[in-house]
Amino acid sequence: MDFELMIISFPKLLNATVITLKLLSLSLFFGLFIGLIFAVLRMNKNPILNKFSYGYSYIFRGTPLLVQIFIIYFGLGQIEYLRSTVLWIILKEPYWCAIIAFALNTGAYTSEILRSAFQTIKPGFIEAGKSLGISNKIIFYKIQIPIAIRQSLPAYGNEIILMMKGTSLASTVTLMDLTGVAKYIISTTFKPIEVFIVAGSIYLFMTFVIHNLIKYLEKKYSY
Amino acid sequence: MNIIKKFSLGLLITLFLTISANADKIRIGTEGAYPPWNSKDASGKLIGFEVELAWALCRYIGKQCVIVEQDWDGMIPALLMRKFDAIMAGMSITAERQKTITFSQGYADEVAQLAVMKGSSLEGMDTPSGINLSLGGSDVKSALKTLTSALAGKTVCVQTATIHQNFLDSGDVGSVNVRTYKTQDEVNLDLASGRCDAALAAAVAFTDYAEKSGKPVVLVGPTFSGGAFGNGVGVGLRQGGDDAIGQRDAELLKEFNKAIDQARKDGVISRIAIKWFGFDASM
Repeated sequence: MDFELMIISFPKLLNATVITLKLLSLSLFFGLFIGLIFAVLRMNKNPILNKFSYGYSYIFRGTPLLVQIFIIYFGLGQIEYLRSTVLWIILKEPYWCAIIAFALNTGAYTSEILRSAFQTIKPGFIEAGKSLGISNKIIFYKIQIPIAIRQSLPAYGNEIILMMKGTSLASTVTLMDLTGVAKYIISTTFKPIEVFIVAGSIYLFMTFVIHNLIKYLEKKYSY
Repeated sequence: MNIIKKFSLGLLITLFLTISANADKIRIGTEGAYPPWNSKDASGKLIGFEVELAWALCRYIGKQCVIVEQDWDGMIPALLMRKFDAIMAGMSITAERQKTITFSQGYADEVAQLAVMKGSSLEGMDTPSGINLSLGGSDVKSALKTLTSALAGKTVCVQTATIHQNFLDSGDVGSVNVRTYKTQDEVNLDLASGRCDAALAAAVAFTDYAEKSGKPVVLVGPTFSGGAFGNGVGVGLRQGGDDAIGQRDAELLKEFNKAIDQARKDGVISRIAIKWFGFDASM
């Protein structure tokens, strides 16, 4: 065990954790929007919208995240026409390709989590709102969404942790995130065990924080 | 219970036989993704200059060999962890690697060069056709200066943990934007897509790609050798030690050196090199 290497690499890895956290927060932010939109579409009676939402979630939950990120990064980069469009400004950057892949992936899972949460809302709550003469829009924003969020907290907490670990795949498209920098240090020191132990501990610590945050929120909003 | 006992006994015997069968074989690690040095054919079989050379060297040594596939970025750690006994993966002999492992004498040498897509502003750089960083001198200095100003602010792509990455990280050509990839294939893809302004690797890696893909990849600037680029490609081996295992490692180094001597004398290395590179890259 080379403890000196572990100490030297710690600040470098901590620095790279900033990128990991940026990737995570932006993907979750966009993913939550995507998830909410697709959850609502999924409950829509229109069969086309319904099927479209189902298809999206089916494809992104049914294929590995690594394959998705490769298709978006290397795959789209091969289409010559795309390179002449404005889209290339975004797709040229590995950073945005990673965020697009992560957001679409977590969006698919989030839509399923939210959908099931919406469906567990007892009809009584909505009926109570209607009998008080509250409009459908207000019922959706003030009754259904808050309850759905509370219901989905445990499952969504899991999704955040899975996504956090998923960001390590960003290193496969040249990003220097926590895993990317760990691999870089290994490439010059040839000591994978020491460096991955430090990197793994940082991931574990992030899981610890997320886990406890969700637990706190669950308690705070329990009813 | 009896079944479990019999089953475990069978398992143990199989395990023992596997270990003893492998004990006398030399396990050689290669990447299988760096043509023409080493790659895979359509059926997944390992092919290339080093694969063929490995079989030839094993015949000279007089032992059986197994060729093991290993990702490039885990190549040296895997050797140290005894997943195999020797590396033949287009790995250049460099001072940095020699801190951790040892090398046989070189068996082939080949220059590195920058590649760009046709029409790039980097085409037509005014440099000598080749520079040797070990020699130094005013030619090398002025070439590096030309490269520094040409590459300023540009994204240059390389495979991770290579001499090419070391060179760009060394600051010899200023602070270019270095992007690292797991395999050379990925470097080629991003060079073609335009995400990389230039890429640095063995010149043959680019000519091989241009030939197979039909993409307008052109080599620019000087060919590089010496310095961070090392002294040819050799067989990577564990550093020997005083204990029995360490002595066996040291013995293997001698065997490879002797085999390379003989193969060179018989013209075997040249023949295989011409077959795969199209020119004599042997040394």
